[in-house]
Amino acid sequence: MKLREVAELLEAQFLNLEDEGDREIESACAADLLSDILAIKGGPALTVTSNVAPQVVRVAEVMGIPAILYVRGKRPAEEKVVDWATGNGIVLLSTPIPTFEACGRLYLKGIRCSEGKYL
Amino acid sequence: MSSELGVVLYFAVLNSGGLDNVGAVSTEVKRRLQEINVEDGVIRRVSIICFEAEMNLASYADRGGHLKVEVKPDRVEIFVEDDGPGIEDVEQAMTPGYSTAPLWIRELGFGAGLGLPNMEEKSDIFHIESEVGKGTRIHSVVFRRRDAA
Repeated sequence: MKLREVAELLEAQFLNLEDEGDREIESACAADLLSDILAIKGGPALTVTSNVAPQVVRVAEVMGIPAILYVRGKRPAEEKVVDWATGNGIVLLSTPIPTFEACGRLYLKGIRCSEGKYL
Repeated sequence: MSSELGVVLYFAVLNSGGLDNVGAVSTEVKRRLQEINVEDGVIRRVSIICFEAEMNLASYADRGGHLKVEVKPDRVEIFVEDDGPGIEDVEQAMTPGYSTAPLWIRELGFGAGLGLPNMEEKSDIFHIESEVGKGTRIHSVVFRRRDAA
């Protein structure tokens, strides 16, 4: 599924890198604790979170996460966090929808858990 | 990388009194390993181990610590050393969910007690030694032939 389609499905807005809308997402994970994001197994995946701390973007870079989806209309408070993500090729999306609904809609479209054992 | 001797990277991890710089060393490690064509899955695991180490140094070791990454043909070895407060009960610290993190760290979503267990999980070999009042030493090995993500 392309990020552009993810944005459409979840009424989400690109906070940066809108020209990366063709980037493909096959799996996703959802976590708010940075410790949980760091412990996620499996390959790079769309990360659904309500945590807008700048460290989430750092963690995303370290883990090779291609895109972060902020729920409940959240977004990082500081523009420099968005710039940092842009500089490292991490797409940031923001949806007004809460986590459960966002994940549910993605699942119905065939996106599965990045931690493969639940497939 | 063809050299049998491998590449050694040294980093000083400073404790700046906050978490703003956490990740700076890990992202540098990641870049350097990409430059010498280490396998993606290995880079990912090594970077996560380094990030957790940085996090611990910034959270607990007053004077920070040192991180050494040795890239060998068959493995990447990570050495973390600090002269921080040490860990009273290492076994307890290795238990997922056990944490002594202060509130300000937990509010950022860190300090959930998953750091050391995650380092062990991402490593093929993991050793930790700690003495109260002296500091903590960690040795982690990630084999390059295992093509894990």
